[in-house]
This record gives sequence, structure tokens and C-alpha cells, in this order.
Amino acid sequence: MACFVVPVAEAVIATAAKKVVEKKEESVAKETAVSTIETKNANKIPFSRKLGWLTKLLWGGSFLLAFEHLWHGEIVPYFPFLTAMSNPEDTAEMLHEMATVGVTMALLVTAVWGVMLVVSSIIEKKVQKTQQDKISD
Amino acid sequence: MTLLITTIAAAVCTVIWYKNADKNELRLDVPCWMFWGASIMWFVDAIFEYAEMGSEYFTPEASDMLNDTFLGFSVIALGLVVWTAVLLIKDPKGVVKSKLFKR
Repeated sequence: MACFVVPVAEAVIATAAKKVVEKKEESVAKETAVSTIETKNANKIPFSRKLGWLTKLLWGGSFLLAFEHLWHGEIVPYFPFLTAMSNPEDTAEMLHEMATVGVTMALLVTAVWGVMLVVSSIIEKKVQKTQQDKISD
Repeated sequence: MTLLITTIAAAVCTVIWYKNADKNELRLDVPCWMFWGASIMWFVDAIFEYAEMGSEYFTPEASDMLNDTFLGFSVIALGLVVWTAVLLIKDPKGVVKSKLFKR
């Protein structure tokens, strides 16, 4: 009915968080000497980029889901936009679906992103170790 | 069916992206993110439907299956349109710019 609204809400929050983290990273990069950053973080993926993966998953998925809802006539291009808002019974059902299906969708996307973070961190560590071994040789 | 079609599209896009990852001139990351995101969300939808319907979930009516297939291909088409738009706007190879300003 409107389950995609929950991932959209998460996408908005994640996008805002990404902007804040990006600004922080930029200011840190300006404050610290470039050479120090290059040697320390050459193979480290910035967290803002990692947050970007989550926002892309959420926005992309929600967009296609919104199309599916439009297809099924659950979204209309005029107020109140969600057909389930037309009567209290449907509204209650919609809210229940958002609380169950919608929240699970947002949680699973976040969990997949979490797995991506773990994998990327393992790869980062491996690359750093390989480089350190090369330097020590 | 929509989940199946979208997941196949996501896997195909990811393989093509992986093959051309060095250049990424085609911005194949865009359809990858979109289709994977939608696949994860529809997977959740499928789990809830399965919990509600049981094994009936795997034997849909022919008309429902046709509608879902039609929807699945429409979703792919929409995703590809979005990707094309992003590609032309971002113009990583500078093709659009060079065509526009060519005398």
C-alpha cells in the first residue's frame, strides 16, 4: 500500500547524514597535511562514499517500488496521493503494512549495506597489509 | 515474477559493470544500485506474501503472473530510461558536450 515510504524516509535521513559527513571529511582534509592523509588513508574508502552506497540502494529501490504502487493504483498524482488515505480502514491497514513490510524492507537494505561495509573493510585491511609488506621488503 | 525479473536484471547489470569496472564510462553502477535495491525490497514483500499465502504463493493465477511479468519488464524499462538519462546528463565520455558544441 505504501511500504516504500519507510525506505524513502531512511533515504532522506541517510542523504542528509552523507552531506554532513562529506563536509566533515573535507574540513579534516583541509586541516591535515595532504601528504599525511595520502600515506595514512590511501586505501581507505571515505565513510561518505560508503553512506552513498546505502542512499543509492534506498533511493533506487524506493523509486522502482513507487512505480509498482502507481501501477497497482495505490498512488495517484493528486491529493492525498495515497489511495489508502481515502478511508480510515484502509489507512489503518496501510500504517500496519508500513510498520511491518516497510520497516523490514528498510532493515534488510541496511543489513545488506552492513555486510558490504564488513566486506569492504576486510578488503581495505588486506590491501593495506600487502602495501606494508611491500614497503618492508 | 517482478522480483525474479528485477533480480536477473540486477545480476546481469552487475556482471557487465564488473567487466567494465576499470572505465565505468557507461555509469553501469546506476542500474545496479537501482535493481538491487528494488530486488531486496520485493524480496521482503515476497516473504510477507509467502507467510500469508503459504505454498499458494508459488502457484499464481495465469492473469496475475502475466500482469506481474508485464510489470517486471516495465520496471526494467523504467530503470533503463533513468540510467540513460543519468548517462546523458553526467556525460562521462563528453560525447553530448562535443556534439552540442561541434561546429
